[in-house]
Amino acid sequence: MDAATLLSRFPAAQDLAGKDMPTFRVAGADLLAAVRFLRDEQGFDLLADLCGAEWPDRPTRFGVVLHLLSTAGKEYVRLHVDAVDDRVPSVSSLHPGANWHEREAYDMFGIVFEGHPDPRRILMWDGYPFHPLRKDFPLAGIEVPLPAADVAAVTGQTVEPAPMMGGPFVSPGGKLSEGEPSALDQSWNEQQPKA
Amino acid sequence: MVKSDFGYNSKVEGEVIVTRADAVVNWVRSHSVWPMPMGLACCAIELMASGGSRFDISRFGMEVMRFSPRQADCMIVAGTVTYKMAEVVRRIYDQMAEPKWVVAMGACASTGGMYRSYATLQGVDNIVPVDVYISGCPPRPEALLDGMMLLQEKIRNEGGSLRRTFRGRTVETKIVS
Repeated sequence: MDAATLLSRFPAAQDLAGKDMPTFRVAGADLLAAVRFLRDEQGFDLLADLCGAEWPDRPTRFGVVLHLLSTAGKEYVRLHVDAVDDRVPSVSSLHPGANWHEREAYDMFGIVFEGHPDPRRILMWDGYPFHPLRKDFPLAGIEVPLPAADVAAVTGQTVEPAPMMGGPFVSPGGKLSEGEPSALDQSWNEQQPKA
Repeated sequence: MVKSDFGYNSKVEGEVIVTRADAVVNWVRSHSVWPMPMGLACCAIELMASGGSRFDISRFGMEVMRFSPRQADCMIVAGTVTYKMAEVVRRIYDQMAEPKWVVAMGACASTGGMYRSYATLQGVDNIVPVDVYISGCPPRPEALLDGMMLLQEKIRNEGGSLRRTFRGRTVETKIVS
């Protein structure tokens, strides 16, 4: 499928000139129609992936990226959707496999999928107050009570920030055999607090 | 048997063996540990290998793995304990009958391991009392067997046999004769 096919049908779509596969940005209002068009008329019958993404410097902070595969034509297409007001229409009705992917994107980023049949969290427990993959969420976590109040009462345990010991740790670049992952900022650790 | 308090006193006629009740109870318990495999991650694979013929955990009398907490007395926590799973681990521990022991198998169960993150409990000893910690990521079956033999040693030497404490609370086991 070449880019003109989709653009002629959806003039509002934007060709992002993907290097590895045709890539388009479509409006949320066009998403269901575009996915249905690609599935029914262009043969993109497999939803390979659906993930949330965050761009902190863009006016719409969150978005969703879909990868669709044509099992007959053996080609991919990628769709970007901006989550205006953190909302995106759910494609679960067209691709049932999107169900858990959308739940994960909601869990991790807080993107609400309108029309989702089962809009619960999937990884963190129900009632967890944060969306951990947002860039303003610290990797170590934020202290909240344990999900089970009776277990918390017996053990005195909370969900507490993990000790990072100067981390998070990143690979040093270059050959992995010549260096081990270390903290970007090594000026502080558990003995020496951050300035 | 070497370090237990059994002794045959030939001065006592009638072939009577004198010992402490603790020693007998502990000896019996140490040779019939029924593990509850709490397999949460890759450590569980090594735990399964320990049960197989090559490493053969039954040599030490603990091959009777029970997947029901009510029929087990040693929970082997093998793997990463997330905060979401912590509740389940604690509830299963609570369902096990006294006396009971807990083995933290591997780095994750002992300290959180490499998972320094918002989702992972930093050591299962935050929610249940742990008797033996086994290092390794994951530990080899030999390390698990070594840890279980350490646990047997600990059971054999438990004084006052039937009392355990956890965070200031004493849990007492009564012998019903």
